[in-house]
Amino acid sequence: MMQLSLGPVPYNWQPERWRDFYFRIADEAPVDVVSVGEIVCSKRAPFFDEHLPAVIERLERAGKEVLLGSLILVSQPRERRQTAALAEMADGLIEVNDLTCLRSISGRPHAIGPFVNIYNEAAASFHASRGAVRICLPPELPLASVAAIAAAVPEVVIEMFGFGRVPLAISARCYHARVHSLAKDNCRFVCDKDLDGLVVRTLENQEFLTVNGVQTLSHACANLLHDLGELERGGVRSLRLSPQSCDMVDVARTFRDVLDGREDAEAGSRHLQRIYPNIPFANGFLHGAPGFSFVMPEQAVE
Amino acid sequence: MELICPAGTPSALRTAIEAGADAIYCGFNDETNARNFPGLNFSRRELSEAIAFAHRRGVKILVAINTFPRAAAVELWQRAVDDAVNARADALILADIGLMDYAARHHPGQRLHVSVQAAAANPDAIAYYVETFGARRVVLPRVLSVPEIAAIAREVACETEVFVFGGLCVMAEGRCSLSSYATAKSPNMQGVCSPASHVAYATTAQGASSRLGGFTINQFAPDEPAGYPTLCKGRFSTELGTGYIFEDPVSLDATALLSALRDAGVSALKIEGRQRGRAYVEGVVRHFRKALTVLDSGGEAVVTSLKPFTEGQASTVGAYRKTWR
Repeated sequence: MMQLSLGPVPYNWQPERWRDFYFRIADEAPVDVVSVGEIVCSKRAPFFDEHLPAVIERLERAGKEVLLGSLILVSQPRERRQTAALAEMADGLIEVNDLTCLRSISGRPHAIGPFVNIYNEAAASFHASRGAVRICLPPELPLASVAAIAAAVPEVVIEMFGFGRVPLAISARCYHARVHSLAKDNCRFVCDKDLDGLVVRTLENQEFLTVNGVQTLSHACANLLHDLGELERGGVRSLRLSPQSCDMVDVARTFRDVLDGREDAEAGSRHLQRIYPNIPFANGFLHGAPGFSFVMPEQAVE
Repeated sequence: MELICPAGTPSALRTAIEAGADAIYCGFNDETNARNFPGLNFSRRELSEAIAFAHRRGVKILVAINTFPRAAAVELWQRAVDDAVNARADALILADIGLMDYAARHHPGQRLHVSVQAAAANPDAIAYYVETFGARRVVLPRVLSVPEIAAIAREVACETEVFVFGGLCVMAEGRCSLSSYATAKSPNMQGVCSPASHVAYATTAQGASSRLGGFTINQFAPDEPAGYPTLCKGRFSTELGTGYIFEDPVSLDATALLSALRDAGVSALKIEGRQRGRAYVEGVVRHFRKALTVLDSGGEAVVTSLKPFTEGQASTVGAYRKTWR
């Protein structure tokens, strides 16, 4: 049975909203795994850390497996210390989002997030031999690569990014600060104004990308509802739902209903469109097409 | 400090050597390297000849095999590693962890450099590569300030190499899917970013526009030269206004920071541009050779004009000064 996992909240939500979001996920969402923690910007972390123990406890009591996500880009001394400390504190698994983590936890069981470059079976086997028990693969991988990797490491739970704006790049420069004519050091946390990220349009007014602090994401929302059969046949055992500013409990229920055959993919997608309106869906990466595109199963070339 | 120069062709390689390179980095003419453009790079035989030519002149050759092997085709990259070793490459520049593992196990004596594509941006990540694969040098991502570079150089057991000129990546290198989002071609998988195959220019009422994969990247007035639509160097708008949201179309020139980089303990300076022509290679290499000679004799490098070689006719010191963030 394909698992559902909830990725870390990427955006700078108000801490109480963040906490209440997770309480509701614990109580109502049919997800098996929840990855928590501030993975984008270490400046934000103190605000969430305060609520983290209560969130973890509530999720675990509800039977969810909790993963603790590391930062995607580790550079400051403080961040290095926090990353090393993560390895010490974890009751649950660390989700490695930067190879820096491996220095402190290599050999011990851990998860790997969609920000670590695992593009082939040799890299996957390397990580598996050093303790990776679940791997969320890079979203830009085509299905053929996903299947080859899954076949090479059948003992590892292979996960694909199935819903949410797709993380495309990470930087040391803060683009939120930059558009507000500020810099990362004096950012005033302007990223907290954009609960779903800040949309970037082309000069011809086409929606293109999303800025979230130091992270750049797609404008389009990944939606792999129509690809679930292919993913399952390809050995994928878990689907990651990345939180957007919408009813993620309903999103999780929709994916669960389609996976369990209670709803077909078309109806599921219409349902998602009602939950998260006005954002185009995309699954191009999986089909070797430009990431922003949406390829319907009958159009897909085997 | 060693001067590491790019060569996309055998003749560019000879030019770079004559202009004063200490080492050349280059790749095979296939998808195993991150400058996989048509007509560029070296066949197996050309590389062997280039290595022999360079060694006779006391110059080193570093072979970049720095894309991430495609699943079910890993052998192609492993063959590239074997062939580069057999051709007596002085070092391999690798990014994929599985390929580093292969090289370390099958060619334990071969010098390994960690590619900028491996995004080893702090001493712990670098130490992991050193301890696990015996890496001898790391090419640092272009997102670090000079003080950060100095701190890294003090702490790590391997040599450090930094970019001083050329195209500037503003996102962590090797971890960027912007290009494949728009075009299906990615630096990590196909070894290209913002590929020419997906570029179009159109004439508009206001002048011209450049497009990548159907997305307008920039617009130009009739008398303005139309730049190449590298995705992250485009002009876009948000509800806060219009402009170069990610980075201006400038390139890196760290001439003014050479003595600071030397004081920071950097071992090697890298010039970007394997896809650039011989005039670029000659002009830029000569400039930095001269700058290093001046530095060695106790002077400060003079920032002479490298404008003709810079993107957008303007340059920046990029992330080396912390105000960039």
